[in-house]
Amino acid sequence: MYRRDFLKGISALSVGVGALTFLKSMPAMAARNDTLVVVTGTTINSLDIHRSGTNRPSYQVAVNCYDRLLTFGHKQLEDGSLSYDYDNLQPELAESWEVSGDGRVLTFKIRDNARFWDGKPVTAEDVKWSFDRAVTLGGFPTAQMAAGSLEEPEQFEAVDDKTFRIHLPHSSKLTLPDLTTPVAIVINSQAAKAHATEQDPWATEYLHRTPAGSGAFKVERWDSGQQLVYSRNDDWACGPVPKIQRVIIREIPSQSTRRALIERGDVHFSQNIPAKDARELEAGGKAKVVSTPIENCLHVLCTNLNFEPFQDKKVRQAIAYAVPYEAIFNNAAYGRGVPMWGGDSAKPESITWPQPFPYSQDLEKARALMAESSHADGFSVPLSFDLGQADWAEPTALLIQEALGKIGIKVSLNKVPGANWRTVALVEKSLPLHLENFGGWLNTPDYYFYWAYVKGNLFNSSNYDNKEIAELVDETLFMAQDDPSYAPKIRRMIEIAIDDVPRIPLYQPSLNVAMQQNTGGYEYWYHRQLDVRPLTLKQD
Amino acid sequence: MVRVPKRLRLVGYRLLQAIPVLIGIVVVSFLLTRALPGDPAVYFAGPAASAESIEQIRVSMGLDRSLPVQFLAYVGDLLRGELGQSISTGQPVLTELTRRLPASLELTGFALLFSIAVAMPLGILAATRPNSWIDHLCRFVVTAGVSLPTFFTGLALVYLFYFLLGWSPAPMGRLDILYLSPPHVTGFYVIDALIDADFETARAALAQLILPAVTLGLFTLAPIARMTRAAMLQVLEGDFIRTARAAGLSSNKVLYSYALRNAILPVITTLGMVFSFALGANVLVEKVFAWPGIGSYAVEALVVSDYAAVQGFVLSMALLFVILNLLIDVTYTLVDPRLGMED
Repeated sequence: MYRRDFLKGISALSVGVGALTFLKSMPAMAARNDTLVVVTGTTINSLDIHRSGTNRPSYQVAVNCYDRLLTFGHKQLEDGSLSYDYDNLQPELAESWEVSGDGRVLTFKIRDNARFWDGKPVTAEDVKWSFDRAVTLGGFPTAQMAAGSLEEPEQFEAVDDKTFRIHLPHSSKLTLPDLTTPVAIVINSQAAKAHATEQDPWATEYLHRTPAGSGAFKVERWDSGQQLVYSRNDDWACGPVPKIQRVIIREIPSQSTRRALIERGDVHFSQNIPAKDARELEAGGKAKVVSTPIENCLHVLCTNLNFEPFQDKKVRQAIAYAVPYEAIFNNAAYGRGVPMWGGDSAKPESITWPQPFPYSQDLEKARALMAESSHADGFSVPLSFDLGQADWAEPTALLIQEALGKIGIKVSLNKVPGANWRTVALVEKSLPLHLENFGGWLNTPDYYFYWAYVKGNLFNSSNYDNKEIAELVDETLFMAQDDPSYAPKIRRMIEIAIDDVPRIPLYQPSLNVAMQQNTGGYEYWYHRQLDVRPLTLKQD
Repeated sequence: MVRVPKRLRLVGYRLLQAIPVLIGIVVVSFLLTRALPGDPAVYFAGPAASAESIEQIRVSMGLDRSLPVQFLAYVGDLLRGELGQSISTGQPVLTELTRRLPASLELTGFALLFSIAVAMPLGILAATRPNSWIDHLCRFVVTAGVSLPTFFTGLALVYLFYFLLGWSPAPMGRLDILYLSPPHVTGFYVIDALIDADFETARAALAQLILPAVTLGLFTLAPIARMTRAAMLQVLEGDFIRTARAAGLSSNKVLYSYALRNAILPVITTLGMVFSFALGANVLVEKVFAWPGIGSYAVEALVVSDYAAVQGFVLSMALLFVILNLLIDVTYTLVDPRLGMED
């Protein structure tokens, strides 16, 4: 299959006419296995993660083309696949780092040999400029930096060329992990400033199209709406130089077409495939499928407390006992993921999150709870879900509709188009009963609770308000996980969440990736983007 | 006073008629996009956005201003030839449209060529032999073509010709990964590659085109075949055909130079109509074949309430329709034997 095997010779795909004459003789010369082809269903809309409007699939450019100060090591999961390791911080652009005794001053030493693509050495000034940019531009990057208590440009100090310092208002266990996120990238400030204008001091227009980083891959070509081509940076200093010379990311909107391509062996990776395809592809044996439970992520049924009947805890518990968990897991998740029902006890023994809640389908109990509640005669409620998530949400909603009918709750289905979803579900929080799938990048229970259980926060679409949880989150959010008072507080938090059930966990979803048998090195990351740096391709 | 030739006057008149249409389109498309559900500021603020960050985005998008102010700004941009920046794709709308429109036109054009090549002979044959097997075949083909949803036909063709038989190249857009896009002249890859005398790339571009064009072509067969058949039947019953036959003209001469020339007018009207709805029907074909056309662009933009992109799309389509109708009117004057004689 020569179309996979691109030539080493054409170092710049975009050279135009000159290469065209050369290209005509390519099939005869093609014999190399150093080009990977990846298909994705979503379009990449910017090469700059800090820009407002940059969508999720575009984060991969930050992952592959830029370096961060820190990264995570990796670990092998039970099924033999690789995953990043939240407990193992590793240096990336920083060669070492130090935390002051009170945890409020972080000092990073930058690698001596780290250079941007244009040859300029990476300096602390670049780090400061990049972080200043992330906390100033607003929107998502600013919110994500704030999660690590990084909020003001004054917090960042370039001590000398190779020493960078962060000053924190308080110590926080989330700061260092936050520096591994795709947002905390280091940009070539000199290249960027050369293209900054008065209206655009952070060069968003320039970096939007032209990345300026020090990462393992450069963007060789970007045909918006069609493809993105990475080529290797042979001088990458922050990790082992990738084995792959070139990676082509092709946008194929139709899932059926993507599946045909991977089954025919014309592409190497298909990122984020639906659970149904994952099961069938695996059974077919034509491609490898790696399914990794997404950390700190749950598919949940949310009961909105602004809707009068759901203010009664008995009603919420009745629903939690009526949900057909097993059928949902089999028909919506196709058995991929981790069950989150049928836990042992209402008093959690560990601080593992997510962990199974002690509910399972028990219609007797559900009916009894309904009878005790203030709505013994039942009521009608619309169940909403995001059309963009229909592959799991639609079968789930249908199963819930049927089950709740049995305990006297008449459910109608309300499909909300993707763009509208965020507004009505998360910002206005106006959907009485809905399916939600928040996952936190930083893998600690308090982080999840902060976003999903604290009144007013974005993912608390249930409008749940509990003073004790709010206090516990406040106390634990920055606290080190080995602090002796941390675990009891988290256990208490989970206990309240179990008893109050404003969010009914259905299951922990998986990230499914299909790949050819001859590929290797795939690693799961919390950001759910394909890190192409460690990928390998065996000779056919 | 200079006497303007009739045809020129007709064309000029049509052009003038287009102006109020365009003004109407600008106003309506602006208002309609604002009526879309969803809040673009929320959408583009991304995950984990706080109320402040949503507000920041709203201001940067200019959505905090009142509607009339937004409209004036929009019209001002239009007059300067700017269609604004699409937020969902991060590209200027004008660049995007000029790149995607040729892709759609190329696809639709080839589909129509295929459609005409199949439908017109079918229609003519069916008309000359009503209720024969060929008439039934015509009926069957057009019914099947129009009743199968395009995404289904597309997937079925991909399954058969790519997945099972391996005859067709991978359905990955306009060109296989192996090739570079030809230097831009018209934006039509096949034509550009030919201009560049790069026959290999032209062949590759054509190979990518066949399945999607056939998919779309099958869908557009029906109206063309039906119209050809009906118009031919009507014309063939006319007195002048009887006269021509009585005069002893060969049946080919009667059929192709007299009957067809008269029957072609409604077919041309239909073609114009078919072309426009084929541009719309493109969307699903574009999705299946990863075709970077204008239809999928518009749908994506609509889904995320990307105002600038939707407005730009509607406006360019309106322009296209005006031009298309003009072309049809002009073709009429060239083809219609009666119009020619009046002058």
